[in-house]
Amino acid sequence: MNRNIITLVGKDHIGIIAKVCTYLAENKINILDITQTTVQEFINMMMIVDTELCTKDFSAMADEIIEIGKAMGCTINVQREDIFNMMHKV
Amino acid sequence: MVDIFEVLETNKMIKEENLDVRTVTLGINLMDCCDSDLKRLNRKIYRKVTTVAKNLVQTAKDIEKEYGIPIVNERVSVTPISIVGASACKTEEDFVSIAGTLDEAAKDTGINFIGGYTALVSKGMTHADELLIRSIPKALSSTSCVCASVNTASTKDGINMDVVRMLGNVILETAELTKERDSVGCAKLVVFCNAPDDNPFMAGAFHGVTGPDNVINVGVSGPGVIKAAVSETKGKSFEELCETIKRTAFKVTRMGQLVAREASSRLGAPFGIIDLSLAPTPAVGDSIAEILIEMGLEFPGAPGTTAALAILNDHVKKGGVMASSYVGGLSGAFIPVSEDQGMIDAVLKGALTIEKLEAMTCVCSVGLDMIAVPGNTKAESISGIIADEMAIGMINHKTTAVRIIPVIGKKEGEMAEFGGLLGRAPVMRVNPFKCDDFINRGGRIPAPIHSFKN
Repeated sequence: MNRNIITLVGKDHIGIIAKVCTYLAENKINILDITQTTVQEFINMMMIVDTELCTKDFSAMADEIIEIGKAMGCTINVQREDIFNMMHKV
Repeated sequence: MVDIFEVLETNKMIKEENLDVRTVTLGINLMDCCDSDLKRLNRKIYRKVTTVAKNLVQTAKDIEKEYGIPIVNERVSVTPISIVGASACKTEEDFVSIAGTLDEAAKDTGINFIGGYTALVSKGMTHADELLIRSIPKALSSTSCVCASVNTASTKDGINMDVVRMLGNVILETAELTKERDSVGCAKLVVFCNAPDDNPFMAGAFHGVTGPDNVINVGVSGPGVIKAAVSETKGKSFEELCETIKRTAFKVTRMGQLVAREASSRLGAPFGIIDLSLAPTPAVGDSIAEILIEMGLEFPGAPGTTAALAILNDHVKKGGVMASSYVGGLSGAFIPVSEDQGMIDAVLKGALTIEKLEAMTCVCSVGLDMIAVPGNTKAESISGIIADEMAIGMINHKTTAVRIIPVIGKKEGEMAEFGGLLGRAPVMRVNPFKCDDFINRGGRIPAPIHSFKN
């Protein structure tokens, strides 16, 4: 398993998560968990995904997802899960 | 399972509070390059550095991308050149040629600094050490990436006052040769007491002779993160303040440990240490001074500053130590005047003087760092300032250092502009009273009584 965290912040509108999920499905990236909160008109979403079957290298995949975010006016980050485990779990 | 609030907290630290890994430094042993022929020696050094450090910058960029954590600098430290060049170098010019080779190798590998133009002379100088120290002005004025350091004192050996005296002149000469750029050459020269050989931070980094062939040392930073956390404790007790600093330092260091582990496995070099340092930058909010202000001081330099800095330094270490398997280097809070906007403001307000900075160095990680002084300061006065700082280190069993820049052509109150990473610094007042007869005695100050722990 190759666990990564995708975070998305931006103004909410229809189809944001659908767009991201479509990309993930097309690239054989499995969603393990998804959390979302919407405060006023802003959406804050976090996904834990497994990229083991994805054939693209990390950098290319991350750039494409970031581009999808930009096109929708959202900020997307893709990061390896280890950084959060290291910082917040003893 | 990772929690959304933890993810948001980490990303806020990175985006809004300037959390970063300040440097990934690859230590390279050059002992196997030793040769009695200077040309061959230079060729071997160039080949070794450019081969071993070939993937350093790219690897750091990859890690930065995958974890979303900025890695600001990639650097290389090498075995002290006074040892590597001893059999080949017969003149100062010979040593300068090695500096040229190091500079070229640094540029070709894409790193921004290479450290190790170093002599370790706390007990005495070899002929090669002396040549290297005398060659420092030319070496630093003719290169841009090379950093030099001289260890002049240690708790076990005492203080080599002959070298301290010599360095007053070496620093002035370096300043003179780089006067068109506000004497920036001096910003690349550090004078140490108790120099650690696993320090990843420039300008004082070198690869210790006690280390392995290659090693990855990482310097973490994050004054902005600590400042944000400390600002939440306004009006609360010291206990709460200290706990907050510890908890935040733990998180910052864990991130450094992860980067160090990854870099070490990808580059095939063992992991050396994490340096738990708070290193400021000229960016707003990325300042040690601002942490001290959040702790309750009007400006750094006000009464209480040394106590506040002691709390900060000690709790950064307490929090960080548990987060990493090996800690070392200089670990603590850096208080450079030039790279920290809050410190610059404090000097301009008249709150902070060299004397107060000297007191602060008793409880912080290094010493008088990036202090600009008038260009007409006497060599003996510079040596006197160095001797004071060396004495603090020797007596207190700690690393201390001096990086002082006599800015040729500028007077007290003017601003020296070094550009880029080194920032800008206000020219500070030096005590005008003389110490010439003290400095000119020559010889060595014996080790203190408490050094005999046998």
